[in-house]
Amino acid sequence: MAEMTIKKRPKNLDLATIRLPLPGKVSILHRVSGAGMFICFPVLLWLFSASLSSPESFATFKAVAGMLPVKVVLAGLLWAFVHHFCAGIRFLLLDLHIGIEKEEARKSAVAVLAVSIPLTLILWGVLL
Amino acid sequence: MINRTVVGAHYGLKDWIAQRATAVIMAVYSVLIAMVLLVIRPGTFEAWQGVFANGVIKFLTFLFFVSLFYHAWIGVRDIWMDYVKPTGLRLTLHVLTATALVGYTAWAAAILWRL
Repeated sequence: MAEMTIKKRPKNLDLATIRLPLPGKVSILHRVSGAGMFICFPVLLWLFSASLSSPESFATFKAVAGMLPVKVVLAGLLWAFVHHFCAGIRFLLLDLHIGIEKEEARKSAVAVLAVSIPLTLILWGVLL
Repeated sequence: MINRTVVGAHYGLKDWIAQRATAVIMAVYSVLIAMVLLVIRPGTFEAWQGVFANGVIKFLTFLFFVSLFYHAWIGVRDIWMDYVKPTGLRLTLHVLTATALVGYTAWAAAILWRL
């Protein structure tokens, strides 16, 4: 009897056929940015360790962090962090039932991008 | 019939809450450490090391790392649950993810308590 009460809900997880609205794009970027940071944890921990261990390893850290390919990856990670931060705050507000109407949710998704992209550039300028 | 999967989400609120609690801890820490670094502006190795050698900063930084790795566990586990269907492969990925994150926690502790 229990099976009869379970509704068969439509489900589509095929990434190739999904056309996402803007809030959906902000949402998937939250996941992509999180996954990217997760993959880079060992590198980041190594850099953090090198920066703190000794004057010699600090010099190594500065040299490695100054290399162009590393800089590109770090810039990507900085964006990932800022986007994850901003989109995360949006999700926390949605959890509190703030801005859950369709139009508000779309506006807050725009706001996430409008804040995260310039903030990434500003922080990159400060950290460079 | 209840058909639970060993690699399911354990059907509870605990992880959902933990993900949000750790998010708040990390957000507060990020703003805090950004302000500390903006005020101190540690340009040399001694100054940079001095920031994290401070007992309070060290403790809060470790709290941040623990939150980060717990938060990452839930997020990455969700990714495996969404995209990896074979139970054996998913379980393997779960175990690898969890053990890596436990290792990172120990690594973070080692970095901080050497100071």
